[in-house]
Amino acid sequence: MSIAQPSKVTSPSHTLAPVISASGLSHRYGDRLALDGVDLCVGKGEVVAVLGRNGSGKTTLFRLLSTQVPLSDGVLSIAGHDVRTSGQQVRQKMGVIFQSPSLDLQLTVQENLHCQGALYGLSGLDLRQRARVALERFGLLDRADDRCQTLSGGLKRRVELAKGLLHRPEVLLLDEPSTGLDPAARLNLWATLEELAAEGVAVLLTTHLMEEAEKASRIVIMHEGCKVADQSPAELRTMLGGQVLTVHCDQPKSVAQALRDSWGISADLVDGKLCWECDDVAVVNQVMSTVGDQLRSITLAQPSLHDAFIRLTGTRLDLEPTA
Amino acid sequence: MAAIWMLAKREWTRFFRQRNRVSAAVVQPLLFWLLFGAGMSSAFRSESGEDFYAFFLPGTVALIVLFTAIFSTISVIEDRREGFMQSVLVSPVGRGSLLLGKIMGGAAIAWAQAMVFLLLAVVSGQLATTVAWVPLMVLMAVLAIAMCGLGMMVAWPMSSTQGFHAIMMLGLMPMWLLAGTFFPVPEVVGQRVGPTVLGWLMRVNPLSYTMTEMRRLMNPSLDWSDAAFAPSSAVCWIITVVATLAVLAMAARMVRGRYAVDTIV
Repeated sequence: MSIAQPSKVTSPSHTLAPVISASGLSHRYGDRLALDGVDLCVGKGEVVAVLGRNGSGKTTLFRLLSTQVPLSDGVLSIAGHDVRTSGQQVRQKMGVIFQSPSLDLQLTVQENLHCQGALYGLSGLDLRQRARVALERFGLLDRADDRCQTLSGGLKRRVELAKGLLHRPEVLLLDEPSTGLDPAARLNLWATLEELAAEGVAVLLTTHLMEEAEKASRIVIMHEGCKVADQSPAELRTMLGGQVLTVHCDQPKSVAQALRDSWGISADLVDGKLCWECDDVAVVNQVMSTVGDQLRSITLAQPSLHDAFIRLTGTRLDLEPTA
Repeated sequence: MAAIWMLAKREWTRFFRQRNRVSAAVVQPLLFWLLFGAGMSSAFRSESGEDFYAFFLPGTVALIVLFTAIFSTISVIEDRREGFMQSVLVSPVGRGSLLLGKIMGGAAIAWAQAMVFLLLAVVSGQLATTVAWVPLMVLMAVLAIAMCGLGMMVAWPMSSTQGFHAIMMLGLMPMWLLAGTFFPVPEVVGQRVGPTVLGWLMRVNPLSYTMTEMRRLMNPSLDWSDAAFAPSSAVCWIITVVATLAVLAMAARMVRGRYAVDTIV
């Protein structure tokens, strides 16, 4: 399996009307280039997951899209408005859900919603009705008058969602939305996101969880500030072709040398394990006959999204990046 | 407008849900007034003939306004830390509206606290009912707006409340002290360097003019003929209003700027 170096990937062309359209987005924090010429396109009714490890640039991308940091390089248009020239219009069309809480804990659930509505120009009966609908949708009606500091983590997240959707945005941005949610709440969250997509909302979320990204209609993989993939989960899985053989052993370098000398196998060393794509089950016997006594385990499996991630980035998603 | 009103209302709601803020902003100045009043009354006599209780009353009002404004504007730092600010910064509300909402909310609280204190002073007989109430209320409102604007200027670029306390002790408290609140503004003609420097410092402090007018409004019968510093009402009002507008303009400029703390989530 050959590991790709970070390289720029263009957005796939699709028939959906683009709601988020970005090209050449770059951002620096001092001397460090956090985002390097990223192109991105999210259509109406799409759910796009931006997947990457910590430090891959996904949070910087989220900050640029959510207008938290000013755009320095590149072109970004959201809901038909240029972010540079029409920032306020862009913000009006966008709902943003942050990874860290953004609730006023001293206020009640209802007061938080009313405050949010006022920020988006809603008032009077319209605001009260929308707040009620949002409370109903997220099962918060009976907690409407409770102060947010008394809510559990999952309930707070629901209030965040209700807040973000109050002004009926065309674009919903979520930064690591599953953080702090139990499995049931995660399922609920995804049901809501799918519902919103069906209503035509363009949804973009960042995540470092493969299981979460798998549910999206498209996955954008970020690595070292570059976009290295932009495909549907099915396309990413089939990218590797056959099957993936993974060998776990104590001396991976000498085992790799032995396999190369005996069978011409070129394996990649990824996080202490050797892995390569192979189509023939007979290879397992070849490996066992050559280095069987040195192995801890040998696995032949259909390629998963994890394998695709390793192929594209040369590292596993669940490992912390080294300095 | 709805956003400004909502942000101001939020300040008000939060204030009454944090009872310690109510007590901190009123009880401390009240204690200062009672203790200093008791301690200084035998040694102090102003040029205009007031005793220390009467002299220190406008200063106490200013202190209440200052403390309340500080506690209100310091909430900007909490809003950032607790995350509320990030949702305001990505909303279509401009920074100017955010500033106005914060200042109006904080100033309303500060004004109301100072009014409660003044009413208590009237009830306890420390303040005559001959006070020029309407101009005094307007002056207190202008002062409250200026203090909140000043507080926002200090709080906005800060990422921690510790920094705010340092600025408060080094900047805001001396500003209050050197405004004829605690002792009269001295003359600047004379050989001694200390009082001369002090006199000039106090004369360039716009708050001195606000305090002079406040003393005048609280006690219209005072005789200012022997006072070393007695600018006319018109001068006091003009300087107070101009200084307030300047503070608001500087605060508006500051919140529009880009600060690293704005991007900390």
